[in-house]
Amino acid sequence: MKEIAMTVIVNGDKHDLTVPPHETLIECLRDRLGLLGVKKSCDVQVCGTCTVLLDDRPVSACTVLAFEARGRSVRTIEGLARGDDLHPVQEAFVEHGALQCGFCTPGMIMATVALINENPRPTADEVKHYMRGNICRCTGYKRILEAILDASRRMSGASAGNGR
Amino acid sequence: MAADRLTVVGRAVPRLDARDKVTGAARYVSDLALPGLAHARVWRSPVPHARIIETLTERAAAAPGVLAVCAAADLPVKRLYFGPAYRDQPILAHEVIRYAGEPVVAVVADTERHAQAALALVDVRYEELPAATSAEQALAGNASLIHPEIERAGHFRDLSGLRPIPGTNVCQHYAYQRGDLAHALEDADLVVEGVYRYPALSHHALEPHCVVARVDGDGLTVWATTQHPFPVRRELADVFDLPLAAVQVVVPLIGGAFGGKCYTKTEPLAAALAARVRRPVRLALSMEENARTITRHAVSVVIKTAVTRDGTLLARECDVVLDTGAYADIGPRVATKAGYRAPGPYRIPTLRIDAKCVYTNNVPAGAYRGYGVPQVTWAGESQMDVIAERLGLDPLALRLKNLLKRGEEYVAGDTPIDGDLAEGLEQTARAVGWTAPLARGRGRGLACAMKDGGGTHSTSTAIVRINADGSVDVLAGSVEAGQGIRTALAQITAETLGVPFASVVVAAPDTSVTPYDWGTSASRSTTIMGLAVQEAARDAREQVLILAATLLDAEASMLTIRDGAIAHGDRAMTVAEVISGHYGLVGGEVTGVGSFVPGKSSGSLGGATVFWESGMGAAEVDVDRETGAIELLKYISAADVGQAINPRECAAQDEGAAMQGIGPALFEARVNDAGQLVNPGLIDYRVPAFTDLPPTLETVLIENADGPGPFGAKGVGESGTFCVAPAIGSALTQATGVRLTELPMTPERVWRALRDAERGSLPPTLK
Repeated sequence: MKEIAMTVIVNGDKHDLTVPPHETLIECLRDRLGLLGVKKSCDVQVCGTCTVLLDDRPVSACTVLAFEARGRSVRTIEGLARGDDLHPVQEAFVEHGALQCGFCTPGMIMATVALINENPRPTADEVKHYMRGNICRCTGYKRILEAILDASRRMSGASAGNGR
Repeated sequence: MAADRLTVVGRAVPRLDARDKVTGAARYVSDLALPGLAHARVWRSPVPHARIIETLTERAAAAPGVLAVCAAADLPVKRLYFGPAYRDQPILAHEVIRYAGEPVVAVVADTERHAQAALALVDVRYEELPAATSAEQALAGNASLIHPEIERAGHFRDLSGLRPIPGTNVCQHYAYQRGDLAHALEDADLVVEGVYRYPALSHHALEPHCVVARVDGDGLTVWATTQHPFPVRRELADVFDLPLAAVQVVVPLIGGAFGGKCYTKTEPLAAALAARVRRPVRLALSMEENARTITRHAVSVVIKTAVTRDGTLLARECDVVLDTGAYADIGPRVATKAGYRAPGPYRIPTLRIDAKCVYTNNVPAGAYRGYGVPQVTWAGESQMDVIAERLGLDPLALRLKNLLKRGEEYVAGDTPIDGDLAEGLEQTARAVGWTAPLARGRGRGLACAMKDGGGTHSTSTAIVRINADGSVDVLAGSVEAGQGIRTALAQITAETLGVPFASVVVAAPDTSVTPYDWGTSASRSTTIMGLAVQEAARDAREQVLILAATLLDAEASMLTIRDGAIAHGDRAMTVAEVISGHYGLVGGEVTGVGSFVPGKSSGSLGGATVFWESGMGAAEVDVDRETGAIELLKYISAADVGQAINPRECAAQDEGAAMQGIGPALFEARVNDAGQLVNPGLIDYRVPAFTDLPPTLETVLIENADGPGPFGAKGVGESGTFCVAPAIGSALTQATGVRLTELPMTPERVWRALRDAERGSLPPTLK
């Protein structure tokens, strides 16, 4: 099996990798790069726990092949905070108690970042529909919805520098 | 301590694990790696019942990267069978396969991909046997016995009195009777009878079961996604004939549980494989395999209630049948509890209850949030609405008339009711707007339920260590599965000790480090572990004050710790200074110990209920008569928490439970086709999604500080699941006139019921 040489930017860092063609992005991120915040659950692109951003678009890392990220930029939950400063979405999740077991949380937060990127001030219904592919078994979604709406308010109200 | 003097308890402090969970730093069992780690995959039976003729493993063993291929006979164990109630479950199927999906052969390889590839080369030859794939089939006179002999495990005191029915597939029979039934039925103005069905469900916690096992020296270390580290240790000690001290079970954060991670599951297999290959082994199941490991019991309830014209309940008969699958797991206790709780939270002088836990050739069923209550409440509360309708009474008034009052006994000898059920139900009704006018096509319903909370005969122990710098370690065996127990225990510790919340750290359960705990289930930890931790914190505080008294030349009884410091006159010392001062060096520590030992009573369960966990729910729906679709517009859930240690997390527990309850009410069910699970994974099995969040989902917390736990707390977390289905079912009836008796209330079922009603053939319960 011919391995594929590729360059990928992950959380701002450039990596030169050689991957087998069947390697999935989640395997690459977790096993090769040690980014264990990317969670594996359903493994069939239904639950959203492994959501990462590929060139700012949300994808399920379980069903994207690693080489598809060749020459592109990947962002995971590990690349969101700046040092000790949490991203506004992370802050909102903490403040609203929008997490319990936390297993869906990284994917939920990355999908939220993508949502707010596409639609800075979503309505509650728009949030529900955009986030439908991210399953949470613990919280009942209510506090996640509140956190997302609050984060969108904060990010659009804040100066441009904070809307990262 | 009066609630207004509390400084940490009763406040919505941020969870201890929140930051790690939003940054991706939180580590779960499935994130763990060890040097030399090997990976296991499991070959599962494609048929529900078969005799194994031959297991051919040579081709798989020769595949790339494969370290071992094991059938049951190849496992280096002293006992092949395990189980919390009966030792009926083999680590790998031995001679007989009893359900489709049962592990038969395990492959260990250097990578998960190699192990998976080798599975295709395993060849198991078997002869199929007739299968009983429903409780009805397993109870039929001609059914063959799935377990001709069963051995009690002896792990739990309340399970020592299990009563299987010899010569049948019934592995537990719970029966209870009081009063004169014939007389009550004669006296009644109305007798209503119905049959209600609740489907089997998959837990689908987002982190699938995962175990990493390592054999070192004469001992064994297992990192596991379990809610029961100490019972798992006990079962591993049995399997390998080791002393308890030689078995270490460690539980880091786990990604959801809901009962699916109760008791021993794949830990013995992972450990046996690690012993076989002399390398650490990781066994990570897929979601589809999880669904073939454990399920919630499918239950049928035949329920009959006798009432007077004014709505006074005279008698209730409940025949409850639970399909526990091929291995009992904790099913016998679920059956006992389902039976005990079946009459509902009412004053009913005459009762006859019969609950049977039945072996079938289905996936084993065990614990699931609510432990039988959602199933029996679907029956009992739906029937309360039938009674209200037949008597022309308001469903709320009918319930209020019969609800048990504080101090009344549910069953003679058990703990009297410790809360105000009527207050809870009235608050719920107010919150849903019970008496407000309804738009056409809409309906409202409500329901009320309770369970004996805290587990029967359970115990917890805890250690609180105050370190030389004043920081505090809490050693407690409670598992953090998302419910926020570590945060609650830290709040209890900080409040009791008088130290800042930020100075308290709660360790992960580790059976070699944290003292004994019965398990994280039955909504028990905040109350029972909370009491143990509170006692340990008091013990540590007293010791610090005695040391401080010497150093400050004061009476210990005059001193107190506030914000980590002890003041006496114009002098003050921090806790750290007291400890260093006592030891005369920068070091040392003060260690407090606490425990909760269960009480004794003559209740029908053979043990005192620690607290009553009550839950109420009310729903408002809109029904589309063209499609049969029920739209849930509003759901109100009420939980009696005594005193909320952390109000935000209490409410969040209840909301999450209510949302889980929406699943089986409206769309969620396992589809079983002759023993084959048709919808094992999340593609086909629909759990509640973001779009299922109703426009209004509210929780009412009832706080009267009347619980037995720390500061008056009671357990919470299960009750939100109790009432969802009957409340929605009742709302459906009000909106359309039709009543369903089988869950989930899918559009198709509703549409058919509407069509039948239009054709004039009323559904059976209304005849």
